Amino acid sequence: MQALTNRLKQVDRRKMNFLERLYLVAIFKGMLITFSHIFKKRPTINYPEKTRPFSPVFRGLHILNRDEEGRENCTACGLCAVACPAEAITMEAAERQTGEENLYREEKYAAKYEINMLRCIFCGLCEEACPKDAIYLSETFAPADYQRKQFIYKKEELLIPHPIEEPDAYKKALGNRVKKETVN
Amino acid sequence: MLALIIEKLVLIVIVVMASLVIAMYATYGERKIAAILQDRRGPNRAGPFGILQPLADGLKLFFKEEIIPDFSSKFLFILGPSLAMLTAIMTSAIVPWGDKVHLFNRDISLQIADVNVGILYVFAVVSMGVYGIMIGSWASNNKFSLMGGLRAASQIISYELAMGISIIALLMVTGTLSLKEMVLQQQAGYWNIVYQPVGFLLFLICAFAECNRAPFDLAEAESELIGGYHTEYSSMKLGFYLFSEYINMFISSVIMSTLFFGGYDIPFVNEANYDQNWIALFGVLALMAKVVCFIFFFMWVRWTIPRFRYDQLMNLGWKILIPISLFNMLVTGAIILLKENNWHF
Repeated sequence: MQALTNRLKQVDRRKMNFLERLYLVAIFKGMLITFSHIFKKRPTINYPEKTRPFSPVFRGLHILNRDEEGRENCTACGLCAVACPAEAITMEAAERQTGEENLYREEKYAAKYEINMLRCIFCGLCEEACPKDAIYLSETFAPADYQRKQFIYKKEELLIPHPIEEPDAYKKALGNRVKKETVN
Repeated sequence: MLALIIEKLVLIVIVVMASLVIAMYATYGERKIAAILQDRRGPNRAGPFGILQPLADGLKLFFKEEIIPDFSSKFLFILGPSLAMLTAIMTSAIVPWGDKVHLFNRDISLQIADVNVGILYVFAVVSMGVYGIMIGSWASNNKFSLMGGLRAASQIISYELAMGISIIALLMVTGTLSLKEMVLQQQAGYWNIVYQPVGFLLFLICAFAECNRAPFDLAEAESELIGGYHTEYSSMKLGFYLFSEYINMFISSVIMSTLFFGGYDIPFVNEANYDQNWIALFGVLALMAKVVCFIFFFMWVRWTIPRFRYDQLMNLGWKILIPISLFNMLVTGAIILLKENNWHF
């Protein structure tokens, strides 16, 4: 029969001679191989202490953005919810009252904003759809919880920390990600 | 008399504790070595480099639910692991751990009992070890356990023959059964490995089989027999079985070092030139170093070689090892005879 590849190897079916039946030579060879692995580099990284660098376009959990003064960007237009292929986003809009200008940037804001992290496929289409740079995907990932309902993230979980009141946490949440030019 | 009893009791406690701690850390060593040989990292979470891992493992075993199956024979079910543990520790009684120490105006021998049939005692106790496995597996009333027990028993019988014959060749060279005297002879002359390289190889292979270590771990054979003889065991009784395996490994390493590698003899050092206590201490350390090398070797082999098939195991034992050991005995005897005859036929 013609071989399909040039890597064909005939199986050696000779009877083993006495020396081979002792297995000692084969065992010695095998042990040299395992011994050489002592000096090999280990590919594992010590995860919680060390993390792998993310790609600049990594898509992790969502963050609802604020501007430099700490006002929420979101205007509850619903474009993200429309864009979402997994239908993970729901929101309720409300009108900004006088005196709330320091809280919300636009006249309309999201009173309720929920993302079901179990439904979300982290495609980032919401980020692309957003005209206000209000939502983007951060570098946080691997959420863990005890109950399913806790995976429905409310505004409290999604909002980025206040840039003036908690500048450190704000910077951390912002991450090293390359963001699109702010469109106002 | 009282001093002697106290001295021996202290020694017994130290030896038992030491073998338990060493067995404990052998589990850690096993996991670490397995990891290193497989390019992994191994336990590194509990304490620095994971050195508290065996404590965590032990604690976990203690807190596990203790299950004794309804259909098992309860007394024998408990007797099994106890016996395995007991026989594992008993062997350490006749090992010369070091030379004499001069403390409290007494010469204290670092050997619990210098039995003049030392090596026979080792054999007797080691072959008792399989009773623990057999009784436990029989009492489990489980097919897989029973298979494991059967395998262990037939394996021990097969390999004990070759082991015994390889030892006979060694005994013809040394002319004594006492381990202490063997060490003294090796201190004065060369190590026995020089006289009995083939005997050592045979003994080593049989020691692997006697300890039920890979590649001869057919009694456990987790891929075919679930867990083998300890399928039904849980909690600390399982811990005892696993632990006794490591103690057996430690003890057989000690025996091999003593029989073939000079025991507590420090190579290239003339012991008579130095202070007695220091030389005893360093002797113990030398023995431990040899033992650690052997334990590493045990583990290195385990993570290299796949498990033997049952017929291969029996073929190796009966058709290869026993003929070689008989041949070795014959050659040794002939050479000794020739030497006594001043190399004249």
